[in-house]
Amino acid sequence: MEISYYPGCSLKTSAINFERTALSTLEELGIYALELPRWNCCGVMFSQSADNLMLQLAPARVIMEARETGRKRLLTLCSMCYNTLKRSLLFFKRNGEKLKKINAFLKLEERDFSAEGVEVIHLLTLLSELDTSNFKMKIKKIKSNLKVASYYGCLLTRPREIALDGVENPQIMEKLLEIAGFQTVNYPFKTDCCASFQVVNRRNVVKKQIRKIVTSAVRNGAEIFALSCPLCEYNLDSVQQELAQEDETFTPIPVLYISQLLSLALGQDPKLNDFSLHRIDPRPLFKEKGLL
Amino acid sequence: MKYSHANRLGIFICHCGVNISSTVDIETVKKALTGYPGVSLITDHTYTCSNPGQDMIRNKIREEELDSVVIAACSPSLHENTFRKTLEEAGINPYKLEIANIREQCSWVHSDRKVATEKAISIIKAAVSKALLNEPLTPISVPVTRKALVVGGGIAGIQASLNIANSGYKVILVEKEPSIGGKMAQLSETFPTLDCSQCILTHRMVEVERHPNINLMVSSEVTRISGFVGNFEVTIRKKKTYVNAEKCNGCGICIEKCPRKTDSEFDRALSKRKVIYRPFPQAVPNIPVIDGEHCLYLLKGRCGVCRDVCGPGAIEFEQEERFVKEKVGAIVIATGYETFPIENIPEYGGGTIPDVIDGLAFERILSASGPTGGEIRRPSDGKVPKEVAFIQCVCSRDPEKYFSYCSKVCCMYTSKHAMLYKHRVKDGQPYVFYIDIRAGGKGYEEFYQRASEEDEVLYIRGKVSRLYREDGKIVVEGTDTLLQENVAVRVDMVVLATAIRPSQDVSRIAQLLKASVDENGFFTEAHPKLRPVESMTAGVFLAGCAQAPRDIPDTVSGASAAALMVCNLFASEELKHEPTIAGVDEDVCSGCGICIGVCPYEARELDREKRVATVNEVLCEGCGACTAACPSGAAVQRNFTDKQISSMIKAILA
Repeated sequence: MEISYYPGCSLKTSAINFERTALSTLEELGIYALELPRWNCCGVMFSQSADNLMLQLAPARVIMEARETGRKRLLTLCSMCYNTLKRSLLFFKRNGEKLKKINAFLKLEERDFSAEGVEVIHLLTLLSELDTSNFKMKIKKIKSNLKVASYYGCLLTRPREIALDGVENPQIMEKLLEIAGFQTVNYPFKTDCCASFQVVNRRNVVKKQIRKIVTSAVRNGAEIFALSCPLCEYNLDSVQQELAQEDETFTPIPVLYISQLLSLALGQDPKLNDFSLHRIDPRPLFKEKGLL
Repeated sequence: MKYSHANRLGIFICHCGVNISSTVDIETVKKALTGYPGVSLITDHTYTCSNPGQDMIRNKIREEELDSVVIAACSPSLHENTFRKTLEEAGINPYKLEIANIREQCSWVHSDRKVATEKAISIIKAAVSKALLNEPLTPISVPVTRKALVVGGGIAGIQASLNIANSGYKVILVEKEPSIGGKMAQLSETFPTLDCSQCILTHRMVEVERHPNINLMVSSEVTRISGFVGNFEVTIRKKKTYVNAEKCNGCGICIEKCPRKTDSEFDRALSKRKVIYRPFPQAVPNIPVIDGEHCLYLLKGRCGVCRDVCGPGAIEFEQEERFVKEKVGAIVIATGYETFPIENIPEYGGGTIPDVIDGLAFERILSASGPTGGEIRRPSDGKVPKEVAFIQCVCSRDPEKYFSYCSKVCCMYTSKHAMLYKHRVKDGQPYVFYIDIRAGGKGYEEFYQRASEEDEVLYIRGKVSRLYREDGKIVVEGTDTLLQENVAVRVDMVVLATAIRPSQDVSRIAQLLKASVDENGFFTEAHPKLRPVESMTAGVFLAGCAQAPRDIPDTVSGASAAALMVCNLFASEELKHEPTIAGVDEDVCSGCGICIGVCPYEARELDREKRVATVNEVLCEGCGACTAACPSGAAVQRNFTDKQISSMIKAILA
């Protein structure tokens, strides 16, 4: 099966390990993600928060590019790209007038924009649609007792109309991790925001939030985080490191993209993972659990 | 033309004191109408509705040998019936009357005397043209079966049944559970007087069982309803209980010896009951039933202990369900409510945290006959909770996720819960999360004040965002909108005031009755203010929470009102129905069926043989929807024919 794939900016740089493991996992399961021939930044969710049609241009161009491939579905890995593109698509579906306006603008580029015929789908949804028995069969590693805390952050389930699972208590990541043989832990803050871009100038806000999330997950037995958002990954990873330096009692745990864990479980080359990108090194833990 | 033409028509103009005469110049009107085609007499009176006024009309009818009358006065909704009687007493058909409304539609809404007078003349002329074409009609009469069906044996059904039965009419009370009593039997104490719910209820339950006019059918369901007001035919399914109620003496040895237990529905799964059981000790009738889903004998053919120990031999594993047909004249719907299942509220730990329970479960904990004997102990480990959070408006007043309406009883029962908790756990702290307090009822506000001031219940105004467990406590996170800050309270137990939902039976029964329900699934009343206990279907009345969330006082008064409406209907052997219905001109009707679709009263059907529409005259309310919709003019409303309407228009435009 072939599917159009929109990487987004981080996936080519700081989250390159996310892209590599996600694409190789999909390939193992028979899905070939074809990168859009041309793409730009999704516009980030700021584009959805202001009443300024110009800001919708970035996601509109991505959607337009996806339409031109002729394939219906557009895969995203990054939670933020997913959120932005999906909301933008919905915005144009609901606002015929705005669609007309943006189309008039895009006419200058001699392109035709429409919100129909494209569906934005997140990696997690795509994986959860697959035949689980086939998935299970491919799992190479023996069942690992590694306890994983799924961290959804705010973008996968908010706002409700674009949520990829239950808003209050999503389970999609837990189900995938369990299929892959991991243990999952339950904790109350898995859909809390990581404090996002506050990291740029209000680091204390982020620290407070990360401390709350991590402490609760660890108390409930978590040994590692699984997530799908490069910004959450950066915040959890870097801020934990900082908290550990300031406070000896604070125990940081490694933060991984869910596809990294799936790729390991499938027995793929650990080099895809590029563990050097992590501030909190997960390798000792993986060795202890027999995953490396 | 088959309509009789009036030869002698009289017009009576009412001054209504000065209500009409101050704006309408009566003399000018009289002058303008003298000699109008068909008019034999024109006269006036200060108060036509008064005794002297009516005498004058009666005398003039006799003296002048009138056969048709127009009374120009107030709205027909006020005195049409009065004047119809006047005509009847004077010896002419009451439907030969026409009211010209020159008060509400003329004198009251105009100040210019000239304009009002001209308008009054037009209105009267129109009425005259219609009156000349009015047919003499006789009211339709139908026999009434003076026996009522009450569906549901909670407090609403009990009250309605007793009221009807005490008035001397027969009642069939159908309850789906093995006992009557409904939700009220589960409650501990009742606001705002804190009297024990069972103490005030159980003697009424016994009264129902003993009443010679009440045929109580428990473990039964209504499966079919046909017919119409005064003449319903209903089929009732008697479910299998595997116990012969005639033979059982209620000794209870079967319950004692039964080896198997399952969750008690009555105790909201906080305790166990035997598989052969009575829902609660004061059950009426006090006959045990076997729960077929859990009985070892019925499932696997083993056991049968109850049959072996039963002295009178009342256990009948072979029992089949039975169907009973009954004829009734009126139906009271009292199907009650259910609380929204907490399992469907994961954000509040519903179904995952054992110490998060709903209000009804807390009632059982508070109840002296409950699983803890009235001691406050939490379900998970039986410890006394030292801090308890009560959350109001769970799923109510939440249009985004659940239901937009207010469940009405939660503010008060939460006050009661918090107060009773504090009375029993002296060093405990109750917290109440609320949006606002609705204490509109006699003694309600005082009750709430007592809870918050004397009993030190801590009220926090704001919604709860989520619940989770941490270190053996339940953390309740929310917002305090008065302090404008987020709060987190660590408690040992949480009680959710979940939304009141119509019983699942409502949609099924509504379909049987073809009665309408609102967007929330509650039955719709005929008029929200003036006909609050009548359904849209004639002869079907509403009581209790089948209609809307209600507390006990409102339920009881509504049920009594519904019973009165039933008694009203039963007061005479025959039902008189207005003859001004819409008939069918079979020669013209093409059988297209459009009228059947537009009829809001289900009064029309298609006669498949003749291929014409037929009308059930008793169900027709004469609204005229079919006459407007009929493309061929075959639907004709009596005394409101197309010809009459066009002649009225002509009279006004002339």
